[in-house]
Amino acid sequence: MAAISPARLLTRGQLWRRRGTKAAPYAFIAPFLVLFAAFGLFPLIYTGYVSLHRVRLQKPDAMTWVGFDNYTTLLQDEFFWNSLKNTFTIGVISTVPQLCLALGLAHLLNYKLRGRTFFRVAMLMPYATSVAAATLVFAGLFGRDYGMLNWFLGLFGVDPIDWFNDKWPSQIAISTIVTWRWTGYNALIYLAAMQAIPHDRYESAMLDGANRWRQFRHVTLPGLRPTIVFTIIVSTIGALQIFGEPLLLQGGTSGMNGGASRQYQTTGLYMYQSGWQYFSLGKAAAIAWLLFLLIALVVGVNAAVVRYRARKG
Amino acid sequence: MTGVSQRKRLRSHDKPGPVAYAILVVATLVSAFPFYWSIIAATHTNSEINEVPPPFLPGGHTDSFGKAADQANIGKALVNSTIVSGTVALGTVLACTLAGFAFAKLRFRGRGALLSFTVGTMMIPPQLGLIPLYMMMAKLHWANQLQSVILPTLVTAFGVFFMRQYLAEALPDELVEAGRVDGASYFRIFWSVVLPVARPAMAVLALLTFMSTWNDFFWPIIALSQDNPTVQVAINSLGGGHVPDQSVILAGTVLGTLPVLVVFGLLGRQIVGGIMQGAVKG
Repeated sequence: MAAISPARLLTRGQLWRRRGTKAAPYAFIAPFLVLFAAFGLFPLIYTGYVSLHRVRLQKPDAMTWVGFDNYTTLLQDEFFWNSLKNTFTIGVISTVPQLCLALGLAHLLNYKLRGRTFFRVAMLMPYATSVAAATLVFAGLFGRDYGMLNWFLGLFGVDPIDWFNDKWPSQIAISTIVTWRWTGYNALIYLAAMQAIPHDRYESAMLDGANRWRQFRHVTLPGLRPTIVFTIIVSTIGALQIFGEPLLLQGGTSGMNGGASRQYQTTGLYMYQSGWQYFSLGKAAAIAWLLFLLIALVVGVNAAVVRYRARKG
Repeated sequence: MTGVSQRKRLRSHDKPGPVAYAILVVATLVSAFPFYWSIIAATHTNSEINEVPPPFLPGGHTDSFGKAADQANIGKALVNSTIVSGTVALGTVLACTLAGFAFAKLRFRGRGALLSFTVGTMMIPPQLGLIPLYMMMAKLHWANQLQSVILPTLVTAFGVFFMRQYLAEALPDELVEAGRVDGASYFRIFWSVVLPVARPAMAVLALLTFMSTWNDFFWPIIALSQDNPTVQVAINSLGGGHVPDQSVILAGTVLGTLPVLVVFGLLGRQIVGGIMQGAVKG
């Protein structure tokens, strides 16, 4: 008897679930799925198809099959390689300082602070601005002759730096904008993860005589590892798409070029230029698809590393 | 009780020293300075900005705002951005709450696979689909019309995931089951049981979506033009090199950023909470 009644209860539960219109769950997800498929997934997949064609911006209807021509031209295109290199260097000099600063700030925000909501909101403020607005403001600050930054550096005897035309300064300028916008956001993500670390881990570390630095290294960092991996993946993907900052740093025609000698043209920007200045949508689609493969590679490698470390440790 | 007092004693290390405050104050200044500077620059003439040393206080020059509004069509841009961001926020919250509820509480064939697929696509940047999207809009003759920037961003995988995670925890199974036993339809349950529970998360999702749509850049500058712009398209045209006047450019960015900053000032705490909540669960 005792064995039967729970079974009966279960079937009754399943019964009324079945009785409820079977289609209802699908009706709930339908608006999302339909829009997502039409405007999210389809364009993504169709990009691959477009990339195998010659398509001009002026006549997007007329597509001519060219096989992998767009890809082979791209792989011999020095501007494409230049854009990949720039994306890589800008990505590194924006992501690494950004995440390190965020980690430090999160650690400070995790203290019992006076005005802690104020500080959190203040750190997040740059996140509320658009790429376009932030870039235009920073472009003014980075001006060579009248920019605030060169004036400030001049107080310490530093000669004016050409933040637009010299390769490394211009890439540092772009990375500064990226870092400014995203550090606070990442700090809050780290802070949330820090608060989820059980407090007794700190207590036992303290009872073992661990000082603050050791607590940070042996309790906080291991506890944050999944979050750190997550933020590295997300910022890397973000870095691979950097576009608005180089476009607007100087604006005008050198905007699309990523500087007079393409010294800061990223791959996202080169895709835009190929499609909307050179009118070659097929080539732009091939660039998008290669970026997609790169992103898949980054995510894949990260996942593999995480799995490997999990198995080892 | 001894455990508690010991915990208190141990927790005293949580109190920050003056150095921590000093660093946080510097970080706050760095966060805020570009905003402050754009107000200074917008309220001075171009030649005043270029003085050495530069001005450090807002001035009384107000012409730049009018000029920026004229040259970049900012009035229309503000209206357009409000329509676009409002519609997208509303649509996202509605569609994503419906789907999030189904993924969290209803059983149906293919649920697991669909959910992991949805989460998997969160990593793929929508920018990579811009070219077909452009071709699509050309075909539909939607170029330069607001629906071309509304529809593609109307739902996000993130939104579904966010609502699912929230409802999976916040909505007790028994509430849904009780409704079913009472003979209520799923839609009735959604309306009178799910929506009230989901409201806080819906508000946060609406805020985050509104802000990110307001700031959307890449697709709008492709889809729209200067005579029917969103705020970012207007700001982009200010930076296009046609306006060499710093004061006018920054007045434009101030006008375009102000609405989001007001929202942020009023609801910053909720936005911070939403991001931290999403972080732990993500």
